[in-house]
Parts: sequence; C-alpha cells; structure tokens
Amino acid sequence: MSQTYTLKVNGATHTVTADDPKMPLLYALRNDLALRGPRFGCGLGQCGACTVHLEGVAVRSCSVPISDAAGKSITTLEGLGSPEHLHPIQQAFVDEQAAQCGYCINGMIMQAKALLDHNQHPSEQDIRDALALNLCRCGTHARIIRAVQRAAAALA
Amino acid sequence: MTHDILTHERLTRRAFLKGAGSLVVTFTFLPQRSSAADAAAPGKSVATNAVDGFIEIHPDNTVTIYSGKVDLGTGVRTAITQIASEELDMPLTAVSVIQGDTLTTPDQGVTFGSLSIQVGGMQIRQACATARAVLVQRAAERFKVPASVIKTHEGQCWNGSERVPYATLIETEGLILKVDPKALLKAPADYVIVGRSVARLDIPGKVTGRFEYMQDFRLPGMLHARVIRPAGVHAELLSVDDSAARKLPGFVATVREGNFLAVVSRTEWGAIQASQAIRPVWSDWQGLPEQDKLWAYVRNTAVSKSEDLQKVGDPAAVLQQSPKALRATYDFAIHTHGSIGPSCAVAEWKDGKLTCWSASQQTHLLRKQLAQMMKVPDADVRCIYIDGSGCYGRNGHEDAAADAVLIAKVVNQPVRVQWMRADEHGWDPKGPPTLLDFAGAVDETGHIAAWSSQAYIPQRPAQVSVTLLTADLANMPHEDAHPGNVHQALAIGYQVPNLKTTVHSLSHTPFRASWIRAPGRMQNTFGNESFMDELAHAAGGDPVAFRLSHLNDARGRECLERVARLAQWQPRTTPASTEGDVVRGRGVSYIKYELVRTYVAVVADVEVHRKTGKIRVTHFYVAHDCGQIINPDGLKNQLEGNIIQTISRTLLEEIKFDRSHITSLDWKSYPILTFPEVPTIAMDLIDRPNEKPWGAGEPTASVVPSAIGNAVYDALGVRLRSVPFTPQKVMQAMRTTI
Repeated sequence: MSQTYTLKVNGATHTVTADDPKMPLLYALRNDLALRGPRFGCGLGQCGACTVHLEGVAVRSCSVPISDAAGKSITTLEGLGSPEHLHPIQQAFVDEQAAQCGYCINGMIMQAKALLDHNQHPSEQDIRDALALNLCRCGTHARIIRAVQRAAAALA
Repeated sequence: MTHDILTHERLTRRAFLKGAGSLVVTFTFLPQRSSAADAAAPGKSVATNAVDGFIEIHPDNTVTIYSGKVDLGTGVRTAITQIASEELDMPLTAVSVIQGDTLTTPDQGVTFGSLSIQVGGMQIRQACATARAVLVQRAAERFKVPASVIKTHEGQCWNGSERVPYATLIETEGLILKVDPKALLKAPADYVIVGRSVARLDIPGKVTGRFEYMQDFRLPGMLHARVIRPAGVHAELLSVDDSAARKLPGFVATVREGNFLAVVSRTEWGAIQASQAIRPVWSDWQGLPEQDKLWAYVRNTAVSKSEDLQKVGDPAAVLQQSPKALRATYDFAIHTHGSIGPSCAVAEWKDGKLTCWSASQQTHLLRKQLAQMMKVPDADVRCIYIDGSGCYGRNGHEDAAADAVLIAKVVNQPVRVQWMRADEHGWDPKGPPTLLDFAGAVDETGHIAAWSSQAYIPQRPAQVSVTLLTADLANMPHEDAHPGNVHQALAIGYQVPNLKTTVHSLSHTPFRASWIRAPGRMQNTFGNESFMDELAHAAGGDPVAFRLSHLNDARGRECLERVARLAQWQPRTTPASTEGDVVRGRGVSYIKYELVRTYVAVVADVEVHRKTGKIRVTHFYVAHDCGQIINPDGLKNQLEGNIIQTISRTLLEEIKFDRSHITSLDWKSYPILTFPEVPTIAMDLIDRPNEKPWGAGEPTASVVPSAIGNAVYDALGVRLRSVPFTPQKVMQAMRTTI
C-alpha cells in the first residue's frame, strides 16, 4: 500500500514513503524531512502559512498531493537562507522587525519571493495585492509591506 | 521609519552613548536554552520571592532568567532579557530566558492583561537588583573596600583596579536569597539597554524556518492524534463505528471517554484520515439560541448578580427631568481568537508522572487543571511552554493539552494532538456576546449632567480559569468557565456629577467563554466612547474638546492633545458633507486603562461607500503613554498589531451558529482583515523613563471600535451601535436615520 516518492527539496534529493498518494506535501516536508518553514494553518488553502515553491511557483503545500510534487523542484523557507546567511528578503524582514508570533511569516516571505521574482519594482498596491490571500492575525501587515519594499530595493 | 542595524561590537562601543533609542539594535544572542531539553537543577526554587527563583548565574558567567510570563509573539522574551540585563549589568548576549516551565519558573500568573512587563518584568527587575546589591557587597568584602566603591559592568564587579566576575562571587555561597523589595533599582538615567529598540531575538529563527514552535516539537515514539468533536455543542455520543478507520495503515486506537472521541495513528496523515473515516452517531442537540434573536436572548438571561461599579449623585432623577436625555443600546458580537496555527500539544506519561508541552499562556494554572482532571497530585505534573502561533487570550492551547494528556494516558505512549482549523474555530472558548445600555443627558453649559450605563455580561466564577473542554466532554473533574474580568473599563474616568455604572452578571452565555484581547474592556469602551461621542454631538461640542472638558487627569489630557496634534485634528461639531458615493470622516477615542494605568488616545480616518455600506479605515493615529518604555520598536509593533487586529474584529468578525453548533468553521465563513484593507498608522509614543512601565498592547485595542464608529458618524451622520460594522448594518442604519 505504501509507496516511495522522490522529493527534490532545496537542492537535495530525498526518498519519502507514504501510505496515501493524496497525502499533502506539507506532511512529508514537516514530518519526514523535519522542515519547520512550511506550517500547518488551515489545511484548506485559505491562509498561506504552508506556502512553498513548486517549480518556482508559490503553492499551498497543504493542498498539493505528494504524488503531484514528486520529482519536481521544491523550495522551502529553509532553502532561501539561514540565520547566518540570510536571503535579502529574510534580511529585510529582520531589518523591519516584521514579525510578531511569526507563524504566518513563512507564507509572507515565500509569496513575496514569488512576487519579486516576476516584478522587481512592485508598487505598494502590488505588494498588498500579492499578499491579499495570506492571513496574519497578529496585525503585522504594515511591517510586512515595508519589509517587502525594502527587499525589492535590495534586490533591484 | 528607518531601522539602522548595529552589530554587537558597535552596540558595546555605543553602550554608553545616549539618545540612540530609535535605532533597532541587533546582535547574536546566546542560543536560547530549550526548556524542553533542559535537565533542570533538582530543587531549584520556583518561589516568586526568591532571587534564585528567577536568576541562575552559571560558571561561564552567563545568566538564565526564569520567567513565568511567556512570549505569546509579543516580544516579551526580548523585553525581559533587556530588563534583566540592564538591572544586573550583564551583557545582553550573556542572558537567556526560560519561560513557563512549572518545574523551574516561578508562577507569575497567567500571561494576560498586558501585564508581562508591568508585573512579571518588575518582579524580575527587583530580583536582579537584589542580586546585584548582594554581588556588590560580596565584592566589597573580597576587595576589603566599602560597597560604595564597587561598580558593576558587563557581569563583573570592579574596585577601580581589579575585577571579579559574578560567577566567582557565587562559587561558595550561591545566590539563595529572598528578593528584597527595597533593593535599590538602577536609575533610569543610567540605562543603556532599557529604552532601546533592541531587535527581537526570535525573529532571525522565525524568518528562516529554524525557530521551534510547539507545532514542531516531537518526542521519540510519539503517536499522532486527532479529536472528533460533537455534532452539537452538548450532543451525546451514542455510538461509534470505527471499522473503516481501523483498516487505515498506521491506525493505533480509537479513544472514547464519555463524549470525548479521538483517533490515534502512527502518522499524522493517518490520524487525519482516521478522523474522517470514523462514523460517530451523536444525539440531536439544538440548545443554542437563534442567532438573529441573540440580543433578546442575552437580555432575557437570568441575572445572577448586579453590582454598581460607580455611583455618584442621582443620574436617574436627572435623566427623568431632562427632556433631551439620550438612550442607546450597544452590542458586540461573539469572537474567536483565530490564531493562524491551530492549537497543538504533546503529552507523555512516565512512571505515573505527566509531562505536557503546550503553548499555554498559563502553565502553572494548566498544571492544576490537568492534575484535577486526571486525579493526580500537582507535583506529578510538569507543564512546559513552547511558543505557538499568536495567542490573544485563553484560546484552545489548554484544551489541546488536556486532549493529549487523556489520549496519552489511554494509549500509554507519548501523543501529539494537533487541532484542525474547524476544531479551532468551532471549539476554542469564545469572547462572549456583550450588551450595553446607556442613558445620558447634557446640561445647558455643554457638560454631561448624568451618565448611566448597564452591561449584560457573563458571570465571573471565583476561580479565574476556563473549563478544560476535554474534561467537560469526558465527564472528568473541572471548574466552570471564567470570561475574564469583563466588567473592567465599564467605569469611566470623566468628571460627571451624576453617574452610575452597573454590571449585570448573567447566569448563562451560549458558548464556553474566555478572555480574548482586552476582554470586556473592548466591548465596554466601545459603548462608553461611542456614547461619549453621542453626548458631545448632543451638546454641540467638538468630540476632542468635549472629552477634555470632562477630564482632570493631566497625563490623560496630554495624551488626547497629542493625538489631536498628530492627526491635525480640526474641531468638528456636525457630520461631514454627505455628497458623493464615498464619504470621509474621523473619530476620536480615549481611555485610561482600567482607570489605573496606560493612557491611549486614537483618531481613526474612514471612508464609507454610501451605495454599498462598506467601511474602509484609511489612517490611524495613536498617542500612547505607558510610562517607561522598555523597547520602543517592540512597543510600536504591539500597537500596530492591536490596531490592525481590532479593525478586523470591528468591521468583519462575528461567530455564526445554528441551533446546534458554530457554523463559522474556516476563514471563508469567519473572514479577517487582509493586506489591501490595512490602514497607515502614525504614532506618538510618550516615554516617561522615571515612571513605572505599564502594560501596552490591549489598552490600544480597547479604543479602536469606538474610534471607527465615531468616524463613521462623522462621515455619514449615522451611529453604529453593533459590532461588527458590516455593510448590511451600515445600510440599515442609513435607512433608519435618514
């Protein structure tokens, strides 16, 4: 019944066994690969806390079956940078102190990266629109907008 | 606002330079000691009056601070580190904090009420001052000089020529001391760390996926569980068919105890699948009120006790004689906490002793509740805090903890319980519905002649704790639910000659109640400050000037005057023009929190679309006086968060239900504010370094709904008295008014 899948995550190849081909990618990343960046928030694709990049596109890993992700290139928050070597977007979030509980921040950074990959000079409205489907409950929005602006300036 | 980054080396160089308070200072902290992995020193004091309850100096001259208050995402860990580092004269990098571990941290009370710095931080500050004084004394004896000669710096005492590290000074005698409530505190003028925008030490880990949240915590051999809640709030579990669940790979057990039902699997996805495959049969229970008759239901609920919080003069007589007396009823909907990460906990029983890891804001209280539920001594239970998703009151963390404890006991293995989104929305305890009646009159001089308010709110049991859902469902011992001190902030600080504020405590409320950010204070202040606006307009007065004319408190007046300046407030006595589809207005609100602490004054700018009834909050201005500011940027972060979250609660949020159950079970049915709707926020932080630091955060939340409602009145001439301010209610109010 169980099946083996090859996951290419942050440049490394892993083999993961799952009992169900419909198991969302999120559970493989968190439980099998022990990654903490993608987070469980709703399991419904409504909040964005679980966002990862699949072939460079921001997706909700709670709603992507592992069988669909197998063999494809996956990037998580850990793949962007580390505390010692922050990615410019992560650095911008530190510089703006753009987190409270930080539970949603994975989704904010991964969604912002998807925006900045395609739009190097986003307006404030572009940033607000790009993050419109990412929920934050602590009310850190204003800082997150500033962080993405700062990151855009750093990357441009 | 720009944030300049200072490295640790630059900080050290700059440490004695003053006036750099607006900079965010970042540097590498000690790796935080994980309480989860920490083998606590046996017999460590957890007394709140013992220095060694709070402070441990290690042989390498680093310090661990043991804090009963926990960081719920608000930056308290960093603030406590600053306070301790400052008062001990230790480098920031040498101080780490362990939080909320019942075995090692003193019981400093529940982390609520924006009291972590005001109460928790000040206990730690006093313990640090006591320690420093004793270390100085010991150094004086060692150097054979008077104590007044000894200076402390960077974790060392020195006499002008020789230095001795603190660690050396405790080698023989330790630090087993009572906290001296009179130990001299450092003079604020000498502060180098408190009052600076030290960067939060958790953020680098949080933006890189390295930070460990409760949801990340794992134990060897741990099983995964999911709970299955009743179809109706008080439905009975009649039968369970778990045959399909049992066929799933990894299935371990179904746990049934009364109306408590859970499934256990070796994998997380297996547990989720099992929870979907199991077929429980619940009794038909339809005991909830009809939602559209909620306020009649609240009004008709039996009152168990009525108490007057303020009673001056004879408002009833004045109101009776006033031809233009105003009467208004306000209501405030039921809210959920809405943490982005649903509650999660892990429990392990070993040799009859329980360890429970959770994101509880109240591990010491949780320990008592779990011990009571499981009928074991408190001493056999250890509760350990690990940061979770943002927590704005007593949400589902404690219930998830109790779930894990019960399931782990049954299956006799460590168990992780992760609530799903519907569990969180459907079953976390709720901010109760609140109904408020006001009556008031103004005299011919434009002053308030009489004020009467009556709040209808859930009764408050003696014990400030909330029923563990698990214990309730499984018919195990538990206490009643306490809604928080929801009577607070009904009393007003304005000078009124005839005044009565009355609380009617209701014997029942539809859902298990608990405290959610500014509990009662938000609802009562919504009524107070909206009705204050109604009286201002009745008196033909400008809302800011009208408030000032009833306020004697100098700090309160300054706060109001400063927000008016910040917002470039122009006196206004009649609603703005109602020409065009989009109309704009601004409203003010003010509070001295609970009449004894933090002052906040805000101005909200809104746009209202007259054709759709949709409100957009465009700008917010806040003047804030919490006395001594520990970390200006951390304070700003909290004020922004409280404003944005409360705009969401005010405009959008309302728990929906049918006669059996809550139907707002996800983010579509319970929407919250999103990026396109977030306003700009301007702040004036009033720093008073020589005053006590008061709580910051929820005092600001409490004034947001009324400021928005007052702004809508200014824009439209329509008074909104029911939160949330949905487009339907705005349209309805326009039809009624015009």
